[in-house]
Amino acid sequence: MSTLSDPPKGTFRLSMLLNDSRYRSMTLQVIAATSLAFAILYLYSNLAANLRAAGLNISFLFLGSPAGYDINQTLIDYTSQSSNLRAAMVGILNTLLVAIMACITATVIGVIAGVLRLSNNWLVRKLMSFYVEIFRNIPVLIWIIIIFTIMTSVMPSPRDYRGETPKASMFLDSAAFTNRGVYVPKPVFQNGFSQNGGEEALADGGRKSRGLAKFAESGALDWIAVIAVLLASWQVTKRVNASAIKKQQETGVRPTTLYTNLAIWILPVVVLLFLLGLTWEYPALKGFNFSGGIKIGGPLIALWIALSVYTGAFIAENVRAGIQAVSKGQTEAAAALGLRSGRVMSLVVLPQALRVIIPPLISQFLNITKNSSLAIAVGYADITATLGGITLNQTGRAIECVLLLMLFYLVISLLISAVMNVYNNSMKLKER
Amino acid sequence: MSDTHPHTVAFVRETSIPQSSPPTSAAGPVKWMRDNLFATIPNGILTLLAIYVVYLVLSSTLPWIFNGVWDAKNLAECREILQGTSGACFAVLVERWPQLLFGFKYPATEYWRPVLAFVIMLVAIAPVLFFDLPRKLLIVTILFPFVAYWLIWGGTIWIPIFALLGFMAGYVAYSRFVTKSFALGFFGGIGGAVVVWIISGSIVPMLAPEQPYLEAVPSRDLGGYMLNMMLGITCVSLSIPLGIALALGRQSSMPLIKWICVVFIELIRGVPLITLLFVASVMLSYFFPPEQTVDLFIRVVIMITIFSAAYIAEVVRGGLAALPKGQYEAADSLGLDYSQAMRLIILPQALKISIPGIVNIAVGLFKDTTLVSVISMFDIIGMIRGPILASTDWNGVYWELLGFACLVFFVVCYSISQYSQWLERRLATDHR
Repeated sequence: MSTLSDPPKGTFRLSMLLNDSRYRSMTLQVIAATSLAFAILYLYSNLAANLRAAGLNISFLFLGSPAGYDINQTLIDYTSQSSNLRAAMVGILNTLLVAIMACITATVIGVIAGVLRLSNNWLVRKLMSFYVEIFRNIPVLIWIIIIFTIMTSVMPSPRDYRGETPKASMFLDSAAFTNRGVYVPKPVFQNGFSQNGGEEALADGGRKSRGLAKFAESGALDWIAVIAVLLASWQVTKRVNASAIKKQQETGVRPTTLYTNLAIWILPVVVLLFLLGLTWEYPALKGFNFSGGIKIGGPLIALWIALSVYTGAFIAENVRAGIQAVSKGQTEAAAALGLRSGRVMSLVVLPQALRVIIPPLISQFLNITKNSSLAIAVGYADITATLGGITLNQTGRAIECVLLLMLFYLVISLLISAVMNVYNNSMKLKER
Repeated sequence: MSDTHPHTVAFVRETSIPQSSPPTSAAGPVKWMRDNLFATIPNGILTLLAIYVVYLVLSSTLPWIFNGVWDAKNLAECREILQGTSGACFAVLVERWPQLLFGFKYPATEYWRPVLAFVIMLVAIAPVLFFDLPRKLLIVTILFPFVAYWLIWGGTIWIPIFALLGFMAGYVAYSRFVTKSFALGFFGGIGGAVVVWIISGSIVPMLAPEQPYLEAVPSRDLGGYMLNMMLGITCVSLSIPLGIALALGRQSSMPLIKWICVVFIELIRGVPLITLLFVASVMLSYFFPPEQTVDLFIRVVIMITIFSAAYIAEVVRGGLAALPKGQYEAADSLGLDYSQAMRLIILPQALKISIPGIVNIAVGLFKDTTLVSVISMFDIIGMIRGPILASTDWNGVYWELLGFACLVFFVVCYSISQYSQWLERRLATDHR
């Protein structure tokens, strides 16, 4: 007996392509594929025709030619004779710099504001919701412009610091806030690697060590040493804490680790800094402007502060939602155990809330990175302003520049979400 | 009663004491302040700190606002009136009011047209937002895009009329074929509309009068807050259907469609809006036919629309994923086909879940319309930073102008988010 569900053979009609569920998805996909192919072909032929008409071609050789413009804030060596690729690198580093700085401060601001929004204090609660609503509902571009305007038109000019009775004075005699930027003291290592190692490597001669010498001279080795010592201290304190917990579990009494830990953190670093001969180079008024110290340009500060407070408002909402997602029983149980409210928050509520907070936090970090492209509005030389701005305008290579720009942001976005997903997985509730 | 114990007790109270009000420390404002402002010592310090901050802010801004000058020709005159006292110079808002709203090129005699379009918009949008209003108002909503186009751009009336005819033809074709299958109706509708538009492409130039009833205004003359509103409304209303389609495509069982949608969404979400606007301003024209120039406004609308559509798609996908699987299975077991199941069962529920997310995207999109000032379109920010602050009359009036920009964005964005909260309560069908 033949089953009823057997399809009748040999009766294929054209309408079955659309009406028969066996063929329909195939038909639709073929339609989609052909229309996509036609669309791409159409766009490509337009592109080719337009390029031919304009006498252009697609080529990335312009990256090697000299950029021909100056950048006021650079993390690596750069002159106007450097290549466009070097300018793009400067831009990339600047983007990463402001994005990382803003991510850190936005998280701090957001967590504080989010916790305070749930405070028992009526006034503080209201102030925080005022902050959140104000910053969430006004475009970040306006905030960047507002803070940039404060930086350029409200701050005193370097001229105000001169004379017998200056209109402005330096903060603690070490930092100057001017309309050209903020000058802060710069740490200098008197007998660090930059002084000794650099000369030794130069004495060696040879091409290979010259790069090393340059690297040593930049002071990077000193900082690597400091970071290595800090990492070592961190590992040692972890051991100390582990042994303290072990002792607590054995005897019920937790030995005081605070002083040991503080000593482990502070002493080695202080000794190292002393050995390296740390001194501070203070900014000083010379001529019409300050010199010495580290100059942080106004655009960078404007972008940094604006991105931090703007995104901080969003993070505050995420933090609040995360804390409210922790059931009230947890707080009450912690209180019943006799924990004080601060410890309830840090030991019981926040660790649980973190699981809810982290996924939206990731997207806020992504938003900061993408919003940092607004640097172009205040003249901070990030990748959008160098590659997508001046280089594009000077070389006229619109398609190449914009494609590279999009590629960079795409890679950064994918990287951040990949890293954060790994972290998210490690934080996830471990179930069966 | 007093004679029951005539000798044993000296005095017996026969009436109850009238209830006295609780002590001031346990009721009223004092109690409230003790609970909410000064519960603990740190809390009290926090309160005092907050009061101080509020005082600092208000003491500097309030005199500035209330002392404001509303009537002056330029900044110098304004300063003369103020005579060194702190005060805002709101005269700039009065004098540059049309520029802030309509840009600096829109013909001054035609300002009534965008205003009228705005009023019609309020009527058109009302039945969409509040479904208690009579459904007949939806006719205004349907006609609004065509009327608004004619009012704002002017020119021959036949363009919007034929555009409307095309949509009507498409609808007629759709309702004719949809009884057979949704796909047939869909493609039939598109075909009908396209046929009418192609025919009208040759008719309209013949019908166009020499002297149109409304003077034609080119897109590059649009500006000010009107531009932000136009971009916001157009892009939101276009990107919601596109976003839903992308979300459905991403959920599709057809691998090709699914991957097209995934790649598109992730590509768009990975790059900042600025780079897409660069694409619109310098790159997109290479992809159109050589002899055709597409208006910058349309190019920007395309880019912003696909940008927010990608985000809306993710929100809707979240809504689709949040539905219990039983809903899909129930729809299948009722014998509904894909389009019926989506239209009748799945999407109404999924969209209800995604309302807060969609509104967030819409608010973000409206705020992001300020970014067009970076590609030298004169929206409200572009007007403020460009023609107004650059003019000799008002060079240096930052805070009044930026404050105004903050205010207009805050009012719109805050009301949208309040509306979304109301809508959520309104649509809540689960009884809790």
